[in-house]
Amino acid sequence: MTESKRNAGSGGGGIRMLNILDRPLATKGRGGGGSEVSLSAFSFLFSEMVQYYQNRVLSIADLERKLEEAGYGVGHRVLELLAFREKQYRREIKLIGVLQFVSSTVWKALFNKVADSLERSTENEDEYMIHEREPITNVFVSAPADISQLNCAAYIAGIISGVLNGASYPAGVTAHHVAIGDGQREKTVFLIKFRQDVLRREAALSG
Amino acid sequence: MSSSSSRSAATRAGDQAWTKMSKMNAELFNLTYGAMVMQLIRDYEDVQDVNQQLETMGYSIGQKLVDEFLAKSGVGNCANFREVAETLAKVGFKMFLGVVVEVTAWNAEGTAFSLQVYDNPLADFVELPPQYSGLVYSNILCGVIRGALEMIKYQVECRFVKDGLKGDEVNEIRVELRQMVDESFGEEYNEGA
Repeated sequence: MTESKRNAGSGGGGIRMLNILDRPLATKGRGGGGSEVSLSAFSFLFSEMVQYYQNRVLSIADLERKLEEAGYGVGHRVLELLAFREKQYRREIKLIGVLQFVSSTVWKALFNKVADSLERSTENEDEYMIHEREPITNVFVSAPADISQLNCAAYIAGIISGVLNGASYPAGVTAHHVAIGDGQREKTVFLIKFRQDVLRREAALSG
Repeated sequence: MSSSSSRSAATRAGDQAWTKMSKMNAELFNLTYGAMVMQLIRDYEDVQDVNQQLETMGYSIGQKLVDEFLAKSGVGNCANFREVAETLAKVGFKMFLGVVVEVTAWNAEGTAFSLQVYDNPLADFVELPPQYSGLVYSNILCGVIRGALEMIKYQVECRFVKDGLKGDEVNEIRVELRQMVDESFGEEYNEGA
């Protein structure tokens, strides 16, 4: 399998440089199997990334913003990848459709599970929330007391934002800790706040 | 004869360790690494500095990763550098990245070998633009190896000698043993004296 992947598209033996577009893309992850690495490897890497940013910012808000920025580019790529694989290039034109795409398809592709829940804010109609009990960015994180409000899932918030913006549903996404009581670990809520014109468009489309 | 049977034992140990690990999607791992490399490229002007920073990050990972490796892999002491190499390739890489790596090209003294990484999980979606031809994209792996081996007393130097992103058919990391870390006391005590 490895051999065929490396050789695919090289054509004549003389061509050594393999263009990325010649390589098959969709084979991986097909049928839900997908290739995997250990969660530890990811956590070590992510930890280095957080530390790197931490040395370059003055506040937790800045650190979270940096993580969101890093995730944003990943979100664009994830959308492109999934548009190829899962959606046969079909575009989502309903707000609720795109949210479900994020909380189920994207979640399943990235985290191998669907999000714990997707809710609409009762106070603001432009706000939606995705609940996740244990985002993979937080599995091995225990923030020291002085930065306890830091939520490393800001990286995932950035990914969501990247996906939504790429899908023409621009929205700001932030990650928040929410206590669930009983001494259990706090869960994370991703607050998605759509831009006003998204809601206007949605109203015009359905009206 | 004995070396071939120990090889397959290492492969088995690697498979067992891999089964026990919690796993996650390789593409998110891949894209996350890409996001980090991009950030370094934005922050440093010279790609050599990026290579250096990646190595340093890897070194820091390696130092911690070896703990998890020793705790979970079930691998005992390695008697010599050859066993270290086999274990690194067949158990270490398999356990954390899920890929199989071959040990080749030993030098005559048995102090240097090459790791052939056929399937590099860091570089799946990557294409190096010409202006970054000096970038050793996966250099973090060299750091991880150096950090991990140093913790078990082997001070090594690692570098990419072949890179799939630069047109080579395989990724090859050269690992050279510099010296054994002194077992009796740590370097920090030496400096004080």
